[in-house]
Amino acid sequence: MPKNNSRIRTKGSDLIFSVILYVICILFLILILYPLWFIVIASFSDPSAVAGGHVWLWPVGFTLDGYDELFRQKEVWIGYKNTILYTLLGTFFGLAVNISAAYSLSRKDLWGRKALMSLYVFTMFFSGGLIPIFLTVQKAGFYNTFWVLIIPFSVSAYNIIVARTFFETSLPPDLFDAAQIDGCGNLRYFFTIALPLSKAVISVIALWTAVGQWNSYFNALIYIRDENLYPLQLIMRNILITNQNFAALGTGEAAMIAMRRANLVRYSMIIVTTVPIMCVYPFIQKHFDQGVMIGAVKG
Amino acid sequence: MKTGFQKTLKRIQRNWGLYLLLSPSLILLIWFAYKPMYGVIIAFKNYKNALGIVGSPWADPLFKNFIRFFNSYQCEITIRNTLVLSLYSMLAGFPIPILLALMINQITLKRFRKGFQTVLYLPHFISTVVMVGLLLIWLSPSRGLIGTVYGAFNSEAPNLMASARAFPSLYVWSDIWQHAGWDSIIFLAALSSIDPSLYEAAIVDGATKIQKMRYIELPLILPTACILLILRAGNIMNVGFEKVFLMQNDLNMPSSEIIATYVYKMGLKNSQYSVSTAVSLFNNVINLTLLLLVNGITKKLGNTGLW
Repeated sequence: MPKNNSRIRTKGSDLIFSVILYVICILFLILILYPLWFIVIASFSDPSAVAGGHVWLWPVGFTLDGYDELFRQKEVWIGYKNTILYTLLGTFFGLAVNISAAYSLSRKDLWGRKALMSLYVFTMFFSGGLIPIFLTVQKAGFYNTFWVLIIPFSVSAYNIIVARTFFETSLPPDLFDAAQIDGCGNLRYFFTIALPLSKAVISVIALWTAVGQWNSYFNALIYIRDENLYPLQLIMRNILITNQNFAALGTGEAAMIAMRRANLVRYSMIIVTTVPIMCVYPFIQKHFDQGVMIGAVKG
Repeated sequence: MKTGFQKTLKRIQRNWGLYLLLSPSLILLIWFAYKPMYGVIIAFKNYKNALGIVGSPWADPLFKNFIRFFNSYQCEITIRNTLVLSLYSMLAGFPIPILLALMINQITLKRFRKGFQTVLYLPHFISTVVMVGLLLIWLSPSRGLIGTVYGAFNSEAPNLMASARAFPSLYVWSDIWQHAGWDSIIFLAALSSIDPSLYEAAIVDGATKIQKMRYIELPLILPTACILLILRAGNIMNVGFEKVFLMQNDLNMPSSEIIATYVYKMGLKNSQYSVSTAVSLFNNVINLTLLLLVNGITKKLGNTGLW
């Protein structure tokens, strides 16, 4: 630490520092919030006002046409239903599989613990690759079924590490010893004592899994052909990205109007699929931070 | 006196409940992670669907599928694009979360700090599909943000999504926009574990805020930063498929065709199972080697390795 006469300057330079800090923070806030706010107001605005560049801060020519048209499309409803099912079942299944594995691996008296753990960890660094995994899933009969998005890829080495660390650090071993003397076996201890004491880590992993399920599209893209099984993200991909250029093929006023309407539907689609996650997020933010912290301790 | 084997057996038997808890995940892991690893042998075979993995004949010469990839013109392009995207995001994306964490740590107004963090983490929860959809909307020349901005100056906006030159920057900076805030959490955790007596000593010495940052906070989050950098370096050939695939179009293809998208197209679109597997195996092996190498080097240098 340099010990030159900085005491005299301290107040002035710190004040300037704080002012610059808050200015930068506010710039960052605008940089993140404005692009999102733009989508919100554009989804409620007259599409030609958006195209003309008249929409800046508030909706211009308020309309609900985008939402109206969006909800008249059958596949959006199907996608919504599927995604909710995938999220609920996938989260439940993922929790059951990963939390119980994590508990086992947290117990020091588990024979073969180290070897088993490295079996899980290794999958984080190496995989068979797309085609071998595809062939395995196909052969197992999961291809183009509802369950492919729930069962085969539910094991997560990362989540297991996080939960294991939690069990190791916050469940005192004496507790199990005492329970054992009272005649409580491993399974009963896990379900009646360990689980109720671990709500924090369970909720963190549940949230991670749920957000992942809600947002994922890769597995559906590869393993699902039946349009009735499509999750929302895949339907959204078609509306938002793949069909991006179709309207541009036509010319003239009619094509122009069609294109603007399609854009309006896109804005609405983004709002409708993202708002559910964004709504729960502030309430669960605390847990998310906690989870990352637990994971960070693992080193 | 019992033998060691009997003792082990006893231990396993006593904890049968634990193995029962472990079994579902272990079965799935072996089935869907380790069995495909055995399946990589099709990289050395002429895979025929009807004959299956074991029944298909060996490739002649054994490395035929690899040689085919190395001789194809996509080889150089995909490897180069993958490296460009990955190095670019590493260099640009690495310092920003650290800076954000240092900034957040300096905010003394509690409520502002909380609100700032909430907003910063928000984009992390947007799905990849929506993120790319947003990019298309913001960057569309005829409408959206960029069109509006250029329109205000009465000039024509460039079509960035169709530009091969702009692709790496778009990919990297949109990723930073989305995830830098979230990635700063881990550094905040490291910052919160700093011993308060260090700050007290600094205050006694009359250190300014910037000096505290430079001489206390930065050195103390360096180990965390090192570990993360190792992880990133070990994944240098691993650029996520999802976002690149969604951002890809015919016009930006020269810089957006990466190994992962090539593997997908080769395998699932063209049904060239063996070649596709060879490419991904090549990629995975390089990754694993790099990870081990970097980890070994940092251990030698006396820093903490990953394991």
